[in-house]
Amino acid sequence: MTPMNGLLAYGAYIPRHRLQHAELGAALGTRPAPGSRSVASYDEDTTSLGVEAARRALAHGGGDGWDGFIYFATTAPAYADKTNATAIHAALDLGHRGFAVDLAGAARGGVGALRAAMTTGGLAVLADIRTGRPGSADERDGGDAAAAFLFGEGAEPIAVPIGQAAATAEFLDRWRAPGEAASSGWEERFGFESYLPLVKDAGARALERAGIEQADRVIVSSPSARTAAAAAKAFPARIPSELPAVGYAGAADLGVKLAAALDQAEPDETLLLISAADGCDAVVLRTTAALPRCRATEPASTQSAAARDVAYATFLTWRGVIEREAPRRPEPDRPAAPASARSESWKFGFVGSRCTECGRVHAPPTRVCSGCHAVDHMERAPLADKAGTIATYTVDRLAFSPSPPMIDAVVDFDGGGRCTLELADAVPEDVEIGTRVEMTFRRLYTTGGVHNYFWKARPVRNGQ
Amino acid sequence: MASNGIRDRVAIVGMGCTPFGEHWDRSTDDLLIDATEQCFASTPSITAADVDAYWLGTMSSGQSGLVLSRPLRLDYKPVTRVENFCATGSEAFRNACYAVASGAYDRVMAVGVEKLKDSGYSGLVRSNSPSDGTAPENSLTAPAAFSLLDPAYCKKYDVDPADMREAMTHVAWKNHANGAKNPRAQFRKEVPKEKIASSPIVAGRLGVFDCSGVSDGSACALIVRAEEALDYTDRPMYVKGVAMVAGPASGTIDPAYDYTTFPEVAHCAADAYRQAGVTDPRTEISLAEVHDCFTPTEIVLMEDLGFSERGASWHDVLEGRFDLGGDLLAVNPDGGLKSFGHPVGASGLRMLFENWLQFRGEAGERQLDDPRLGLTHNLGGRPGTCVSFVAIVGRELG
Repeated sequence: MTPMNGLLAYGAYIPRHRLQHAELGAALGTRPAPGSRSVASYDEDTTSLGVEAARRALAHGGGDGWDGFIYFATTAPAYADKTNATAIHAALDLGHRGFAVDLAGAARGGVGALRAAMTTGGLAVLADIRTGRPGSADERDGGDAAAAFLFGEGAEPIAVPIGQAAATAEFLDRWRAPGEAASSGWEERFGFESYLPLVKDAGARALERAGIEQADRVIVSSPSARTAAAAAKAFPARIPSELPAVGYAGAADLGVKLAAALDQAEPDETLLLISAADGCDAVVLRTTAALPRCRATEPASTQSAAARDVAYATFLTWRGVIEREAPRRPEPDRPAAPASARSESWKFGFVGSRCTECGRVHAPPTRVCSGCHAVDHMERAPLADKAGTIATYTVDRLAFSPSPPMIDAVVDFDGGGRCTLELADAVPEDVEIGTRVEMTFRRLYTTGGVHNYFWKARPVRNGQ
Repeated sequence: MASNGIRDRVAIVGMGCTPFGEHWDRSTDDLLIDATEQCFASTPSITAADVDAYWLGTMSSGQSGLVLSRPLRLDYKPVTRVENFCATGSEAFRNACYAVASGAYDRVMAVGVEKLKDSGYSGLVRSNSPSDGTAPENSLTAPAAFSLLDPAYCKKYDVDPADMREAMTHVAWKNHANGAKNPRAQFRKEVPKEKIASSPIVAGRLGVFDCSGVSDGSACALIVRAEEALDYTDRPMYVKGVAMVAGPASGTIDPAYDYTTFPEVAHCAADAYRQAGVTDPRTEISLAEVHDCFTPTEIVLMEDLGFSERGASWHDVLEGRFDLGGDLLAVNPDGGLKSFGHPVGASGLRMLFENWLQFRGEAGERQLDDPRLGLTHNLGGRPGTCVSFVAIVGRELG
């Protein structure tokens, strides 16, 4: 076994919106059930979810000096043929030296990204948006979320891998043809029976390699709910972990649950991770004394609490199942590739420029200072992590938007700079002059198959 | 200031202006022919062949001088097509004035045209250059951009939003009332204030009636040296000042800009007044045709053009001081963009046309008593990033 890198930092991102199962039941005339699922907004995709999780993982600055390796796992890649991890790399403002790769297509990519990052060091970004046919269990029990984990040889890891094992078998439990909106499954009992021996085998070997008989916490993820329940029973935990009410989040599921467990774990606890997806992967981590100092600043549970319900028709519209009548405006142009490449650090990294002569901040970056007119005396002014205040705003009911009305605000950044930005996760009642906002990476719209990624402002949840 | 001005150097001796509206049955070519023929009909001593050079303003109805030379079948004339956002028509006029003032030509025509209603959309649609897709201008609509003025103005001057709403309503009501008296206007009906105030919301607090319409139209002006003006008409209109400003577009990136003013307009107006020798615009200007693209725009413009004190225009508007017969000056006596719509290339020349009619005593029901100096104004772009044009014209020399 190759020496493992330690876990240096982690973060989770759970979208703001929830679909209540009761709403689903009411809309479809089915039996209403308790609970809810998380829903990515119309302007979020797995890439943007991944960026948000990665930003949270790196918020402590624990990633200083890492080599920029990114493993991105999702079952719902925004692009095929084109790597999606590169947009995440760019949004994190990591420059051009580094490695970014997708592990896209199947849920097993999630644990795959984790294991790869453990081995080589780097950031595992797990993000997913789960869909299903209207009325299906997949639609109801799925969830949209992301999590990111930074592994490296840093001096103070918050957890270290102490054992892992894998099992692989070829059997048809769940599948989806590329481009289809919903997956299909074989008879549930067949998958369950196929998984169980693999889970028991891999779990036992991982514990053995870790030199323990039972883990303090056990985190189980599987597209087969029945398998997940059986695995939890086979490997009981000493300490129960409270998991956010997200739903099964595909390639991000294991990550979201691990992040939630890390939010709660104490130093020197053992965590057994079991992913049962087309085989089984089991990993044992031991937390360290550094964990309490480096917990995620936004625990999964608090993100889960600050939710806003969506109507079922809205959910279907956001996922493209319903095509609603759009405002009578032309669709926006697709972004041009050369222009987007030239403005990579602005469009993806949200880096403006600051005049070295007079200090004025420009967003977007410019060569000529609007204050002192100095030419080419600019330095980088990263703005993605700056909060701002709304100077004035409007609700645009005429503009083309995938989810009208569009809200736009003039945002003045703390420390200088101003930019007119769309608001995300907001309704008109959330906004007034003076409202505090933070930046969030989003997909403005898609035209001609090209996703237009850029930053939006989001009202700060607790008004800090 | 850096402009020398051309006060009383050139004069308009003929004009034409089509009705503005949804001309489903008229092409761009038709509109250009209609406007120019009307002008030539009023100045029988000049034909199209006698005009030495043409300046054509259009934003989106075609490119190059051929847009004019082809339908008019002009024989080998210099025709220049210009574009400067919503000041496009005025820009054609300004350049035509300079062409005569410089001595390069004796007779020059400025023509503006826009055929908007063929686009299939109810608002202005403009094509953007290929971009990285991050500029808010690519998504935020014009009414939304101008609606940003409303909350900012209320906040800065502590104006009750209900009072501001009433002032916005008054602007629309006034301009529609004026337009009802104008046979060339697109909308020729008075609109009750209740209907304006409760119209469907478009952006921010702007309802449908807070927005100018979209229409097709064309207008033109024939310009000669001032000393030869009386050879062509007994009632020429003299050009006192023409000023144009393209701003640094820093308002949208500079927190110091507060969205309650258009600094571009203030700079531009100061230049035009200086050229024209106007020191107190409130008393010296008889009528002002201003760019009322949206009702809050007109409110803010009253301050930038020096007709109201800062923070006071909403009140002056509400008191009816800019109405026809108001105690200050008539603003948009022809009905403005509100009643005419805004065929971009034509609007600036349409504004001059109202001055032309007023000075000649041909404004019918809208006729002002003894107008002497008039102003036209265009704003192109949006708050924080725009161009501005101001012209001062007069009935007499000196």
